[in-house]
Amino acid sequence: MTVMTTEPEARTTVPQRPPAQAEVLRRTASVRRSDVLALVGAGLAALAVTTLFFSLLTPFSGLIGFIVVAYVLFLAFYALLVSYDESGPAVRDRLSTVVMHSAAVLMLTALISVIAFTFWRGREPMRHLNFYVQDLRNAGPLDGLDVGGVLHGMAGTLIMITIAVLITVPIGLLCAVFLSEFPGRYSRFVRTIVEAMTALPSIVAGLFIYATVVVALGMGFSGIAASLALSVMMLPIVIRAADVVLRLVPGTLKEASYGLGGGHWRTVWHVTLPTARSGLTTSVILGTARGIGETSPVLLTAGFTNHLSLNPLDGPMVSLPLLTFDLVRSPEPAYIARGFGAAALLMVIVLGLFVAARVIGGRGPGRLTKRQLRRRAAVSRRDAERFAVRDQHRSAEGEAP
Amino acid sequence: MIDAPTQEQDAPRRLTTVTGAADRVFGAVSRLAGFVVLAVMSLVGLFLLYRGWQALSADGPRAFVTTRAWEPDSHNFGIAAVLVLTVLIALVAIVIAVPLAAGAALYISEYAPRRFKQTLISMVDLMAAVPSIVYGIWGLYLLQPHVIGLSRWLATWLDWIPFLSVDGFDPDDPLLSMSVFTSSTFIAGIVVALMITPIICSIMREVFSQAPPGEREGAYALGATRWGMIRSVVLPFGTGGMIGGSMLGLGRALGETIAVYLIISPVFEIQPNLLQTGSNSISALIALRFGEATEFGMSALMAAGLTLFLMTLVVNFAASSIVARTRSGAASEA
Repeated sequence: MTVMTTEPEARTTVPQRPPAQAEVLRRTASVRRSDVLALVGAGLAALAVTTLFFSLLTPFSGLIGFIVVAYVLFLAFYALLVSYDESGPAVRDRLSTVVMHSAAVLMLTALISVIAFTFWRGREPMRHLNFYVQDLRNAGPLDGLDVGGVLHGMAGTLIMITIAVLITVPIGLLCAVFLSEFPGRYSRFVRTIVEAMTALPSIVAGLFIYATVVVALGMGFSGIAASLALSVMMLPIVIRAADVVLRLVPGTLKEASYGLGGGHWRTVWHVTLPTARSGLTTSVILGTARGIGETSPVLLTAGFTNHLSLNPLDGPMVSLPLLTFDLVRSPEPAYIARGFGAAALLMVIVLGLFVAARVIGGRGPGRLTKRQLRRRAAVSRRDAERFAVRDQHRSAEGEAP
Repeated sequence: MIDAPTQEQDAPRRLTTVTGAADRVFGAVSRLAGFVVLAVMSLVGLFLLYRGWQALSADGPRAFVTTRAWEPDSHNFGIAAVLVLTVLIALVAIVIAVPLAAGAALYISEYAPRRFKQTLISMVDLMAAVPSIVYGIWGLYLLQPHVIGLSRWLATWLDWIPFLSVDGFDPDDPLLSMSVFTSSTFIAGIVVALMITPIICSIMREVFSQAPPGEREGAYALGATRWGMIRSVVLPFGTGGMIGGSMLGLGRALGETIAVYLIISPVFEIQPNLLQTGSNSISALIALRFGEATEFGMSALMAAGLTLFLMTLVVNFAASSIVARTRSGAASEA
């Protein structure tokens, strides 16, 4: 090893800076001005030509026809404009981009228009308080919207779906646990049957309950029959969704539990189910949302009444979708308006359930919320303190004798 | 020195598992739940068969499949017309829904900015959760008045296509009533298409997003445009999922009741003109006739329900086996 005896000379030279000038940000955007111009130009040209078609040249009519023709023309013009400065594959790429975007926009438009239209047509009855607190027993065909409401529909929907959920959730979740925890020929067969049953048209579920419970057992039209029909329909949906969620639970977690000496039951109860909790909740909520909106099983099993009925075991009962279905087929404008009001209420319930499902679910198995994380941290801090105290005691006892 | 173990000593050990009482109860209860579900589900099928058999055997299955009328009490009934119309509605729905769903699915998985992706997925799920009655009243009160114009346009200019002509429609007739275009198979098909689009879309999106990133990058590296990459990597990878998803949608379309019931005006003949008023479907037939049905009429409806059920069953099984067999389905099988 050599020892440096002299300080090395400073040899670093500072390069000459170029004269200061404003730096120009490089554009990294993938959209060029010509792209935008081509889009706008094609749009304007399509609009103009379509207007010409519809007003002067051909006997076209109707809003939808206008949009369809304008869209086709727009695609043609856009392809033409882009092809002036791009090659074939690039033109196809641009066209497909436009088509994909418009498919997504069309779908969103349809969704928004369905929801907005329901609320818009339902706004009149929803303004009246009596819409929420009365049933239709006093509302004659010519009465205005300030008489009568859909309380019986709301009550019926809540009662029916509560019973259906009480039936579906324990059986459905247990069956899903069975499918994922006891693999074998038997559970494979059950899974096949369940998958087949997701294809069961809801009207067939209603027909089955109508023929068995309503007619053969002589229960007559009742809320409980409707709940049973909804359960038959919801059961495969819940089982399938829960089965998928349970299969996502990491095997390592379960093996860790077995390795620590946990039995099968304890592993399922303390590891598998808590890990999949948010997904299971989502599957139940989405199954409920499907069940709440079903009309056809209820149509065949619940009968129809204009009176509020709170007893699911006796007498006909209506739910919101069934009420909507009945009201919108009436020729009276007030009834139709009430039907839209009932549909809007139904949408409120479905939207509420949906938001709840998003808030609770949407996390992968084992992912915790902030609150859960804090709680876990607090528990492990307490454990650490307990261990520390215990160790102190031990060492104190160890020194004493 | 250690003796080499003899054959006898090397006999396999008997493996025994000691299960506690709690585990045994747990096993029994979950098996029971599986059995209950199995029983309920088989009961539905068997009961339909049992009750429908009366009607099927009365005139023979052949008559049931070929007759185009529904008068069970005079023993003149069959599902020929209704079945064809059911399939027609479902086909119209599929023809509209599949391109729309594929476009939207590709948009969500390939084009959408990352921060919108989750919102868009939620929107599609929400669209699947909207009750069918809401789609039905939307179709009846908002869509139908607007679509009539399109129907008229199609019937005027494209009536040389066999399915698009309309009987008794003359474009030059000034007194023409537009009511020949209402309540048609076409309009019912559009509404059903909207209901099945989100189902197809979410399956397709899932399959598309599983396309291997390495192959995507490879396509880009070879100079592919985004569309070129989609055509050469994403679509071939997702073919099975696309077919399977579309068939699942078809199964749903076949069984759709309420929206179809609200829109169509029922007919009992094979009415192949999609744009013309009058259509029907098996499920709408059941909803329409169950109230006034006699004992035998009920049996006939059961037979119709059984037919519908078998049809959706076949479609669904085919769909899930296609999805399971593709490369893209492999990842979801844990």
